[in-house]
Amino acid sequence: MSMFNLKGSFVDNLPKIYGIYTGGFVVFIILMALLEKAGGSADTIAKLFVAFTIVIYALIGWLSRTMQVDAYYVAGRQVPPVFNGMATGADWMSGASFIAMAGGIYMGGHPYLAFVVGWTGGYVLVAVLMAPYLRKFGCYTVPDFIGTRYGGNLARFCAVVVLVIASFTYVTAQINATGTVASFVLQIPFQVAVWIALLAILLCAMLGGMRAVTWTQVAQYIVLIVAYLVPVFWMSQKQGFGVFPQFEYGAAVDRLKELEVLQQVGVLKPEEVVPHMSALTVHHSFAGNDLITHIKFVTLVACMMMGTASLPHILMRYFTTPSVSDARKSVAWSLLFIFLLYFTAPALATLTKLQVLDPHLATSIIGKSIASVNSLDWVQKWGNVGFLKIIDSNHDGILQINEFFMRADIVVLATPEIAGLPAVISGLVLAGGLAAAMSTADGLLLAIANALSHDLYYKMIDPKAETRRRLIVARVLLLAIGAAGSAVAALRLTGILGAVAWAFDFAMSGLFFPLVLGVWWKRANTPGAIAGMVIGLGVGTWYLYMVRWGGMTPWLGIDHLRFGIIGAGASLIAMVAVTLMTKEPDAETQAMVDEVRIPRGATVLASTH
Amino acid sequence: MSADISQKVVHWQRTKGLMIVHLVIWFIFSFVVHWFAPQLNKISFIGFPLGFYMAAQGSLIVFVVQLFVFVRQQDAIDRECGMAEEE
Repeated sequence: MSMFNLKGSFVDNLPKIYGIYTGGFVVFIILMALLEKAGGSADTIAKLFVAFTIVIYALIGWLSRTMQVDAYYVAGRQVPPVFNGMATGADWMSGASFIAMAGGIYMGGHPYLAFVVGWTGGYVLVAVLMAPYLRKFGCYTVPDFIGTRYGGNLARFCAVVVLVIASFTYVTAQINATGTVASFVLQIPFQVAVWIALLAILLCAMLGGMRAVTWTQVAQYIVLIVAYLVPVFWMSQKQGFGVFPQFEYGAAVDRLKELEVLQQVGVLKPEEVVPHMSALTVHHSFAGNDLITHIKFVTLVACMMMGTASLPHILMRYFTTPSVSDARKSVAWSLLFIFLLYFTAPALATLTKLQVLDPHLATSIIGKSIASVNSLDWVQKWGNVGFLKIIDSNHDGILQINEFFMRADIVVLATPEIAGLPAVISGLVLAGGLAAAMSTADGLLLAIANALSHDLYYKMIDPKAETRRRLIVARVLLLAIGAAGSAVAALRLTGILGAVAWAFDFAMSGLFFPLVLGVWWKRANTPGAIAGMVIGLGVGTWYLYMVRWGGMTPWLGIDHLRFGIIGAGASLIAMVAVTLMTKEPDAETQAMVDEVRIPRGATVLASTH
Repeated sequence: MSADISQKVVHWQRTKGLMIVHLVIWFIFSFVVHWFAPQLNKISFIGFPLGFYMAAQGSLIVFVVQLFVFVRQQDAIDRECGMAEEE
């Protein structure tokens, strides 16, 4: 008899339950701070943080176990909009957002802000074009919509293929990120850590499917947002940028402009090449004024936005709300919760850079003697694990801007140490990074396993399968895909960020137009949708291969991170052309589209199907 | 029944209109504004270079506010056309 069986009262009690949970987490942080005062080592504190949070997630996963189809696939469609917003926030913000984004802005400056704009504005497309209509449809998975709207197993199968390619690319990056944190905290080899990471991820999702993932994701959102904001508030206090640095760091951006001139950022080029690391050469707020720079910015924004609106693990979160109107509200809440992290990331990048560059701050290292910098704890620690390197290229014994190399990925994780914050904050940030990567991995694994179990197995292979069998198949697939993901992650084929961008490009190439036009263009028909998916994915993949490995010069700066532009373009043309060349959909399908467009009335698909 | 059908037509017309308005706003703050980032950077806004500010924060605030407004507007359309869900 778990508390999750008390359906009505459980949902009513959500604010109280998560209030107590948040309070408990704060108490835990205070306990860790006391432990640090009493002489506990930073290592011990980090381990306790990771262990404590994982035990909580696993506990929630266990309590949410279920053998009901609609609970397993759509959390019983009773997740209130605000909580679904938090769950989506955690589902959405991955290791790339939490760990890599601020570091990217630190090293890359303005061009990198395209990720910040793209990963928020995509939700406008989700709310206006997609979520409420998919909710009205009443589907369990995204291919479920494609398969029913366009009819026929071929359309459904194409959607499953696109979903699996996009989500699998994405999930290997998340298992990679989870494994990176685990190997760092537990000091075990990465190849072992990815399997431990998988175990923790599956503990949340195996028994309760979407219901379990939903309630752990809410818990993970709370951990990750606290972990992201606390160091920034703290650092801002120390530097005198007020309580809400997000609105007041303009002065820091200005100060960086002076310092960049003073320390010759971009003038002094690095004289050595250090693999995976770079020295700062870009001015923080500088925006280039040539055509290719402009095109690169807007195409990256477009890819991230259309990818957002096509990624099944995000869209399926809106299948869990009680109503169509709630699905819309929930998108707005999701964006608000995501915004809290995304508008803080540039502030974090700016304030951390100031810590490193500004000679008026005790923490600065540029312009100091190399001997004194090398004796700093954080420089030694991150240097030892191969994340940063100092090379005195001009042999003057003083650290210049072009002599300090680091991996951009470490900015968020190292900030507490750079700024001289207590070790308890470092532990908190590690737990946050882990929550971000785990929650996204959970959502993705579930999206893949559900598509295979519901669309491939139940709808196409064995439509007579009984509930028990369906749910066991779903779990076996979850396990198998998780194992495959870990095996690929252990190979470390690509970086975290590259893999994430590709996932967006794959998803938009194959799914964006078939989804949007399925609702907004009644004339769209089956051959058109199939052409859109096959040609979109095919052309996109071809372009990726050609610019990445085939030695082709990218067209107009559209490189491998942006191949979705080409794929989605081809998809649109193919879908419209083939649709117009073939017969319009039958009256029944057109009536179904009419029905999807209004919130009133029953869902198109029965509530359990 | 025919009254209901004409209501459905009106509902979809208004829904489409709202969609276009919001996508125009979305387009401006996703693409147009950032195209002019170098020019905007010459203007200072609450201490920030404006081009940097829009990408780091300004566009994001517009998106968030826009979505909460959109939710209210679409709910109103659904209600007025008798297409809202029953509570």
